[in-house]
Amino acid sequence: MSAFHLKVLIMHNTSNSYSSAMAGPETGRISISSSPEGIKPLLEVKNLKVYFPVHGGLLRRIRGYVHAVDDVSFNVSSGSTVGLVGESGSGKTTIGRCLVRLIRPTAGSIRYLGVETGSLSKKTFFPYRKKIQMIFQDPFNSLNPRMSVEQILGEPLSIHFPQMNIEQRRDRAAGLLRQVGLDPDHLRRYPHQFSGGQRQRIGIARALAVEPEFIICDEPVSALDVSVQATIINLLQDLQEELGLTYLFIAHDLAIVEHISNYVLVMNQGKIVEQASAEDIYRSPQHPYTIKLLEAVPRL
Amino acid sequence: MIKHLFKEISRRPLGVVCLTILGILYICTIFSQFLAPYLPTDQDLNNAYHPPTRILMVDWRPHVQVYEQVDPSAARYEPVEGATVPVSFFASGAEYRLWGVIPADIRLFQVEETHRLYLLGSDGTGRDVFSRLLYGAQVSLSIGFIGICITMTLGFIVGGVAGYFGGRVDFAAMRMVEFIIAVPSLYLLIALRGALAEYFEPEQMYLVIVIILSLIGWAGAARIIRGMALSLRQRHFVLAAEVMGQSSFKILFKHFLPNLASYLLVAATLSIPAYILAEAALSFLGLGIQEPGTSWGLMLQQAQELKVFTLNLWWLLLPGAAIFVTVITFNVLGDVLRDIVDPRQQMVKR
Repeated sequence: MSAFHLKVLIMHNTSNSYSSAMAGPETGRISISSSPEGIKPLLEVKNLKVYFPVHGGLLRRIRGYVHAVDDVSFNVSSGSTVGLVGESGSGKTTIGRCLVRLIRPTAGSIRYLGVETGSLSKKTFFPYRKKIQMIFQDPFNSLNPRMSVEQILGEPLSIHFPQMNIEQRRDRAAGLLRQVGLDPDHLRRYPHQFSGGQRQRIGIARALAVEPEFIICDEPVSALDVSVQATIINLLQDLQEELGLTYLFIAHDLAIVEHISNYVLVMNQGKIVEQASAEDIYRSPQHPYTIKLLEAVPRL
Repeated sequence: MIKHLFKEISRRPLGVVCLTILGILYICTIFSQFLAPYLPTDQDLNNAYHPPTRILMVDWRPHVQVYEQVDPSAARYEPVEGATVPVSFFASGAEYRLWGVIPADIRLFQVEETHRLYLLGSDGTGRDVFSRLLYGAQVSLSIGFIGICITMTLGFIVGGVAGYFGGRVDFAAMRMVEFIIAVPSLYLLIALRGALAEYFEPEQMYLVIVIILSLIGWAGAARIIRGMALSLRQRHFVLAAEVMGQSSFKILFKHFLPNLASYLLVAATLSIPAYILAEAALSFLGLGIQEPGTSWGLMLQQAQELKVFTLNLWWLLLPGAAIFVTVITFNVLGDVLRDIVDPRQQMVKR
């Protein structure tokens, strides 16, 4: 088994005590298993592979495959934040999209609370859509420009809480806006009337609408101003504390990931090259790629 | 969005002009039974090829000049000096059913039955061209709207489904579209007309033409909508809807349709002329609306006679002018709408 394929248990309790990391010989890290026996992690990803076919020639035959995600394994424990860093094209977004079945994996298993979700049919996966939500990178792209905020927030509610009437949905939407620090009076506005940061808050509110357990944050701040980034990060942290959420935080900026995450996965060219607790990654990066990434973080 | 469009149009002189012309045309069409002094079938063989009658003011009231036929073979009419008939407004005459439902007998203007009022002359059987133009507009102006509704619906469903699902669905849909586009449309029109004709009564020809035109027209729209759907599919708000478990059907109608609406509107406006022209072409070839019905194309066909040209019966060519004005107006309005919706394609301004 190669260094990258090793199953790593990440067990955090809410008191943020960092847990086990078991890594291969290349990173030279020694595993310290401190995970409580018998508790299953919220999410287990094992040997996940996503290959995209490359078509070519006159008949558009498959010429080869792009190994977008190549044999990746990691776990996410309940209530923790796992950071996923890597440069663009390293496959981090693909992993995130696999978890919500926007992309079908080529091979490997995804287990959510012990249940293999990768093989579920569209119908049987539906309940998991309520549990797993996603926050998207580009706040200018992730809100339908033709829908008002009320409609945007009402959409997930009407799908997963069909018993709600219009009044209840509106109240809930207003509550969600308050929760993400926006004025409930903004319900009638349209996305173009908001700034980037405000839009991202609406995106977060939409993800929260269905009361999820696990949120995949796909570069939620990389399209925002630095000053706004901090407020969004703080909002995400506050919400996590308040609602007991679990995050998979995808980003290319190691500094932000280090700030918000308990545990960090470093990806390069479809593989996880290093995984360790945030502190360890920052203090003593092992893999040359991690070191490079850390050097790229701007400092004053 | 509609409100915003109207506001933008009202800022552009060309747009205002087009909207006004079309507004007048359509209001005239809707109230054609009230506005037309005669039924489109009212013949008067003594007044064949009558030129437009003169309107005189006598005692501050409009009167119609009375004419006398001097040469029936050359369709020459001379005004009778001093003989006029008063025009009566809002008087009751022959009964009709407004929009086929409301019984009514009041018309905007008419003259007593012994004489005839030809605002735009009469045709070979003495029917009033003005009245026939108004009734013909009911066919010519509505066919575009109904046709475009069917076309855009079909185009959106096929194109949207193809673009959204991709893969084999896309492949199958696009090959079908290409097949339809590859067949020259005029021949397809005539062939379909021939194939369908035996199943319909001549009175239902309007329906047949709408069906034929829509069957041909949806392909182009579907292809463009498919392209737009392909790019929309990658937008994050569509992904977000998928992540929250929205059904494909609802994604098409809640996320795709509103974002394609502006394109659909422009495309619809720009392709209405094609329907008007196609109906005119079919009727002109004798394959469309049949007598005693009326449409602009059919009226033009009747103006084909050599007599019309040798005797300079210019008023019989007026349906052509009506088609011309309508088509130009729709095209210009479509351009204005496109400028509003997609400023990148704006016409060069000085």
